[in-house]
Amino acid sequence: MNPQQQRVVSVIVNGREYTGTVPTRKTLADFLRQDLRLTGTHVGCEHGVCGACTVLLDGQPVRACLLLAVQAHGARLETVEGLAAADGTLHPLQQAFQQCHALQCGFCTPGLLMTLKAFLQENPAPTAEEVREAIAGHLCRCTGYLHIIAAALQAAAQLRGERA
Amino acid sequence: MKPPRFDYYDPHSLDEALALLARYGPEAKVLAGGQSLMPLLNMRLVAPAALVDLNRLPDLAYVRVTPAGLALGALARQRQVERAEAVVQGWPLLAAALRYVGYPQIRTRGTVGGSLAHADPAAELPAVMLALEARLVLSSQRGRRTLPAAAFFLAPLTTALAPDELLCEVQLPPLPPRTGHSFQEVSRVWGAFALVGAAALVTLDDAGRCQQARLALTGVGPVPQRASAVEAALAGEPLDAERLRQAAALVEQDLNPESDVHASAAYRRHLARVLAQRTLQAAWRRAQEAQKA
Ligand SMILES: Cc1cc2nc3c(=O)[nH]c(=O)nc-3n(C[C@H](O)[C@H](O)[C@H](O)COP(=O)(O)OP(=O)(O)OC[C@H]3O[C@@H](n4cnc5c(N)ncnc54)[C@H](O)[C@@H]3O)c2cc1C
Ligand code: FES
Ligand code: FES
Repeated sequence: MNPQQQRVVSVIVNGREYTGTVPTRKTLADFLRQDLRLTGTHVGCEHGVCGACTVLLDGQPVRACLLLAVQAHGARLETVEGLAAADGTLHPLQQAFQQCHALQCGFCTPGLLMTLKAFLQENPAPTAEEVREAIAGHLCRCTGYLHIIAAALQAAAQLRGERA
Repeated sequence: MKPPRFDYYDPHSLDEALALLARYGPEAKVLAGGQSLMPLLNMRLVAPAALVDLNRLPDLAYVRVTPAGLALGALARQRQVERAEAVVQGWPLLAAALRYVGYPQIRTRGTVGGSLAHADPAAELPAVMLALEARLVLSSQRGRRTLPAAAFFLAPLTTALAPDELLCEVQLPPLPPRTGHSFQEVSRVWGAFALVGAAALVTLDDAGRCQQARLALTGVGPVPQRASAVEAALAGEPLDAERLRQAAALVEQDLNPESDVHASAAYRRHLARVLAQRTLQAAWRRAQEAQKA
């Protein structure tokens, strides 16, 4: 194995360890989807603009299409598959998206959920304006965004322990 | 697989990284945050023989206050810099401008050094570095040299970096007391590159006159530019809204923007004047507050 062309990559995704052998030029998004079969992370533009591939790398939102899988070696990743509880109970963000009608086709949703998860941890009581700025890096061709903002605010209230 | 085939290296020391750059020369590409390089690789607009990834280099991700000012290591992430208390307090112009660079998810990975090395003619940070009179430390196996930001940007996507050189550190001198700042831009949508952006610093003297004004613009030519006619018209003068407006109008003498698919030359000139006026006004207001405090 030429280590400049192929590497063994170990990552922890949603608390579970995965190891795979990948070409060094494979993106993290393709590694997650093709090798680990975690196809919840979507791939839209592959140049950082649409936000569909956003995952958390050591807790921070990043574009999985702009990272090489080999760069994630040793890192802790979170993807949309890790949001719901083991018994299938949806995460408050997922519940709010459902209740507020914040998705239609769902293509953009995994990326938005991951961005909002990290955002609400940092800013548990955001204003609508702050939510707008937080999701500016995500394209949604269906909803017109307003329901997504409503869902984020509702989930924030629920996560703070307030009745939404 | 989208990116073309390359030899991937993730050196664990600076010496190792510089040796790889010396070996591959123009055939190698440095990978920092990847927020400009990875799109180019995914679209196969570049096909380097080797990729030298800086991300496993220890100790390059620093944001440090030194007696000479602020020092940013090559791996200082844009998001980290924007939130660093030392930056918010001492170099607020940089923190303010970083908010305009892409989106938080881009800035989590993107580095300050990478934005400068990429030298996009519509990027925010190169203009900010001109206004802050940054010094850039470049290293290679041949040695180290330090360049003022004004000598670093040569043409669109072209800098003074030699193929075997690494931009190792960005140094920002401290700002004088009674200095106010402002960064503003006009872009199509939030997070996009600027059509035109302006970075202003206004320093007042004891008597409240303008001791020094600095104005740098992006999106108005092949490289970012200082507006020297505007700056000269304000130095030593008492300030009021009218004088700032008149001085800002001089920005058109300093610039010669070109038309492209994003905006006509006339529109860019118009934006430059409007943004010059707005940023000088805002910087002056902040300088007055600093004087009172
Ligand atoms: C959706 C999106 C929106 C964006 N919006 C903006 C915007 O509004 N404004 C803006 O300015 N930018 C924008 N960018 C670009 C982004 O800011 C990049 O982060 C930045 O230009 C490059 O920094 P990087 O660390 O990611 O560099 P990389 O992509 O890793 O590298 C960029 C270039 O610099 C070279 N390089 C990097 N570091 C060094 C070094 N230390 N020494 C020598 N060479 C080096 C690389 O070889 C490469 O040629 C956007 C990007 C995306 C994906
Ligand atoms: S697929 Fe990564 S941002 Fe669009
Ligand atoms: S729900 Fe279809 S793109 Fe957002």
